[in-house]
Amino acid sequence: MVHTFEYWLLRYRRTWRATVVISVANPLLFLVGFGAGLGRLVDQHAPAQLSGTTYAAFFAPGLLCAAAMQTAFLESSGPVTYAAIDGSYRDATPTPLEPPQIMAGHQMFVIFRVLTSSAAFVVVMTAFGLTSPRAAPAVLGGAVLTGMAFAAPVAAWAVGVRRTARLTTVFRMIVMPMYMFSGAFFALAKLPTAVRIVAETLPLAQAVILCRDLSLETVSAADAARAGYLFALTAVGLLWARRAYTGRLHA
Amino acid sequence: MTTLPTLIDSPSAGPVPADQAGPVRRVLSLVERNFMIYRRSLTPVVFGLVEPVLYLLTIGYGVGSLVGSVPGVDTRYAAYVAPAILATTAMNTAVSHTIFGVFTRVKKDHTYEAIVPTPLSVTDIAYAEVTSAVINALITSVGFLAALAALGLVVSPGVLLAVPASVLVGVAFGAAGLAATTYLRDFADLQLVQLVMLPMFLFATTFYPLTVYPRPLQPFIEVLPLYQSIELIREPALGRFPATVPVAAGYLIVFSWLALRIAIRRMGPMLAR
Repeated sequence: MVHTFEYWLLRYRRTWRATVVISVANPLLFLVGFGAGLGRLVDQHAPAQLSGTTYAAFFAPGLLCAAAMQTAFLESSGPVTYAAIDGSYRDATPTPLEPPQIMAGHQMFVIFRVLTSSAAFVVVMTAFGLTSPRAAPAVLGGAVLTGMAFAAPVAAWAVGVRRTARLTTVFRMIVMPMYMFSGAFFALAKLPTAVRIVAETLPLAQAVILCRDLSLETVSAADAARAGYLFALTAVGLLWARRAYTGRLHA
Repeated sequence: MTTLPTLIDSPSAGPVPADQAGPVRRVLSLVERNFMIYRRSLTPVVFGLVEPVLYLLTIGYGVGSLVGSVPGVDTRYAAYVAPAILATTAMNTAVSHTIFGVFTRVKKDHTYEAIVPTPLSVTDIAYAEVTSAVINALITSVGFLAALAALGLVVSPGVLLAVPASVLVGVAFGAAGLAATTYLRDFADLQLVQLVMLPMFLFATTFYPLTVYPRPLQPFIEVLPLYQSIELIREPALGRFPATVPVAAGYLIVFSWLALRIAIRRMGPMLAR
């Protein structure tokens, strides 16, 4: 398992520069563009929805969480599918490594990616005073938990994908809409009831509220349930991924 | 799909001998080739519309409920951002054709290796790729305009000027994309493209007016080609026709001409590699 992790880490030494753009620069640009720019318009208006915080402080933790999901999806989909079609998974199957170990090692790497890029974002958030240094570690924890809740089920699905065009379709048709309707940009309460209920059921919407409560230090009992929801998704995802990897790589 | 309607006679099969076909005919033969490939699926167009419509719904309406109204604009926030998203969509569509599309045809598909020995010159190829980019930009812009109308966000008939404007935006960004492609070394460099496109999308007054920026910063925003594109489309869409609209059109014409010159000059060496 550790060997698999090391393999992905070694590969990453060659490619990390390109990923910095999407995992670090991308959310930071959104933070400045929306948090600072749009924030000026929103804060003049001082809507009750934000319950006293600035738009930037409202938006930042949600964005962090949505970006963690996006990084988890990107790292757990394409690389997994390609590795299972004719990449490193194929090379690893004749070795003593078992499919569940290949899966766990790769998942460790995905979590490493989510952890490092989220940490960079949390440092910036704290530097701009969008969260307190005291709350920052918990916020990072929330982001990593969000990443885990998506990484495992996505890997379980991606390992069985044979037509790589489907990855792009799912990203554009499912991941992007979920990102936009996650409640990171605005409170979901503003949506029409039917849309709101659907959006709120999605794990990302719950994760966004959890991260925001952790960041603004307004944690309630409901947040424990949200964390439980994300842990449950991680556990189910890992069990499903074990089965899916074994089925695909031993076939 | 079994039969493909032929838009024009292809030079090799047509009655005119290939080397005597006029430049327009030569350019159109490659444009036709590009669209024959697209014809297999409509999905690129549908995909191209999903993201802008999502932005319109979530930012326009969702964030709009937080913003209230934009200073100096007496319309809903969604109607304010919609023309800017249209401009951005035209830009993205054109750029993705001449950067991602062309770069894939150079590095992976080696399409041009088969074209260079034909009577088509490098200039023909450049014009053809920009033309294809413009057609794509036009199709997505019209699609987005339909979505905008369906959502009841039409403020003024001036919004129809977005159709010719998106042709101009398509030429400008199609040519700029083609010029940029000649500087790319490998697929990892495409990330750098994102690093230019995303900040431009976020900062070129797509979501808030220029006045949000401190005075000294404003000129840096105004020189952005996307800012000029948004100005060209948004002002008429809101029923206003300030002098900045023809200025924006002039800017984009000069910008297109410069970008096309750079692209044509640098494409020869790129295709000869």
